[in-house]
Amino acid sequence: MSDVTAHGASVRIEHCGKTFSDGTRALEPATLDIARGETLVLLGPSGCGKTTMLRIIAGLELPDEGGKVLFDGKDVTSMPIERRNVGMVFQSYALFPNMSVAENIGYGLKIRGLPKNERIARVAELIRLTNITGLESRRIDQLSGGQRQRVALARAVAIRPGILLLDEPLTALDAALRDRLRGELNRLLRALGITAIYVTHDQSEAMELGDRIVVMGKGRIAQIGTPREIYFTPRNRFVAEFIGAANIIEACLENGQLVLPGGRQPITSRINLAAAVAMVRPESIRLVEAAGAALSGVVDSVTFNGEKQRVVVSGASDKLLAVDAPNQVQIKPGDRVGLSISPEAVRLLPPED
Amino acid sequence: MRDRLIFAGQLLFTLIVAAFLVVPAALSIVAGVTMSYFRGISSGVTLQWVAQVWNLYAGTIALSFLIALATLAVTLLVGVPAAYALHRRGGRLSRIIEEVITLPLAIPGLAIALALLLTYGSFGEFRRSWLFILVGHVVFTMPFMVRSVMAVFATVDVRTLDEGAASLGAPAWRRFRDVIVPNAVPGILAGSLMVVTLSLGEFNLTWMLHTPLTKTLPIGLADSYASMRLEVASAYTLIFFIMIIPLLVAMQLFAEKGRAT
Repeated sequence: MSDVTAHGASVRIEHCGKTFSDGTRALEPATLDIARGETLVLLGPSGCGKTTMLRIIAGLELPDEGGKVLFDGKDVTSMPIERRNVGMVFQSYALFPNMSVAENIGYGLKIRGLPKNERIARVAELIRLTNITGLESRRIDQLSGGQRQRVALARAVAIRPGILLLDEPLTALDAALRDRLRGELNRLLRALGITAIYVTHDQSEAMELGDRIVVMGKGRIAQIGTPREIYFTPRNRFVAEFIGAANIIEACLENGQLVLPGGRQPITSRINLAAAVAMVRPESIRLVEAAGAALSGVVDSVTFNGEKQRVVVSGASDKLLAVDAPNQVQIKPGDRVGLSISPEAVRLLPPED
Repeated sequence: MRDRLIFAGQLLFTLIVAAFLVVPAALSIVAGVTMSYFRGISSGVTLQWVAQVWNLYAGTIALSFLIALATLAVTLLVGVPAAYALHRRGGRLSRIIEEVITLPLAIPGLAIALALLLTYGSFGEFRRSWLFILVGHVVFTMPFMVRSVMAVFATVDVRTLDEGAASLGAPAWRRFRDVIVPNAVPGILAGSLMVVTLSLGEFNLTWMLHTPLTKTLPIGLADSYASMRLEVASAYTLIFFIMIIPLLVAMQLFAEKGRAT
């Protein structure tokens, strides 16, 4: 185990933007610090610039003029990827079809001129660590998707990189396998203590793996924070809607109360606003008796999905309101229901940005 | 019953067509080993014509193989990296370059030869050496190498493989040697066989470019048809067949193997 423990490097990117030769702006200039040993997730929809940022850190893309990449305080901007000592797991894995599993994992060590016996020992250790014992001499086209993913990971960490870069490493797998590998990957990253930068468009993957998450949209960083911060205190509407389910309420704010078609909802802030935008998560809304409730509406639809039921209520807010109700509650469309929302659960967002 | 009739009819038709193509070749080969073509096979079977051709043209045959192998070496050294560069770069410029490389296929060999003669004909030493023919053959065969290697690059994602190797610390030349070339092997083999076969059989260009001292197999063949008795020319054909058929068979085998994987 100690043999593969890598000590991570810290990463800083400064004003890194990327404009491609055809003029499209993939990434607005961004500055970001990643601590030694941290797992940072770049999260966003496709085309948000997350992969571009990863490739700039990797050294596969050069940032626009003025951008800088620093590893442990050292400027590596003009250094090509082969000299940066980064490990990379590609979305398509990029395993070499002309080499066996063991040769793939050992390739980086061979390049570094490691003596053969050390190389064999290290490859064997990684094969154990990634649970692919018995596949050493297989050809790549004889492996399943999950096995390929493990080989790609073993190959990337074999060289004891300072930074591990993962570009949607689980996207090509089916859902059940993805869940299992996500857990394995998480344990491995913690065990290695390596600095990891992980790109994904899957928010639950980001929540589970990330120490911090960078939410990106349209080439910009929308918010940086821990999974809890991102979930509970999204900074704007884009983040609120991208992470989890969110009810966005647009209403007038009077004396610390949102004025809604179905009643009034207090919030923690005392300000007055003609057009406020607020967010409430479905799980923060409780169904109560309609009589006497500050806010009420009519059940529009009920979807039972086992652990809970999603109730959509009309007439309470300016739009339909999604509510998560316990799975035992008897309820049907047309019922009149009251809604109880604690003021702390209502998150005020800046108006359209 | 009806099915069997149809099958018999189809078989007969196929055999007739095949015979139409095979009989002349067979006759020519037979002629190369008969004592006298006019008296027919009854005059006796002999290898004397083959031996005579060998004595007369051994140098020509050797030169042909030298040129074919040299052509192969040049197309490998230039064509494979060129194919990789064109694939990696992509875009319009790459397509234009690819078209230019392919152009010699569409232009008659005679025209290419004429252009080479006009441009380099006055460099006496060069003009007289076999290198002059080599240049012609390289121009003519390069598209086959570049295209068949590029076809493989289009099916394996070499760009990502290259980035993968780079992320593991491999400098450019090692990536090319360890990852790019091994994964392009089917295309390189197919291209190589094509280049050697085409170079050995090339006539148009070579006929314009050759000198009495730089003759290749097909030029010798034309020569012997024009100036020797029919049996000698036929024996020459026989030798030519023996040289070229294994290459064609190998090419076919590789093509099938490429489809199977």
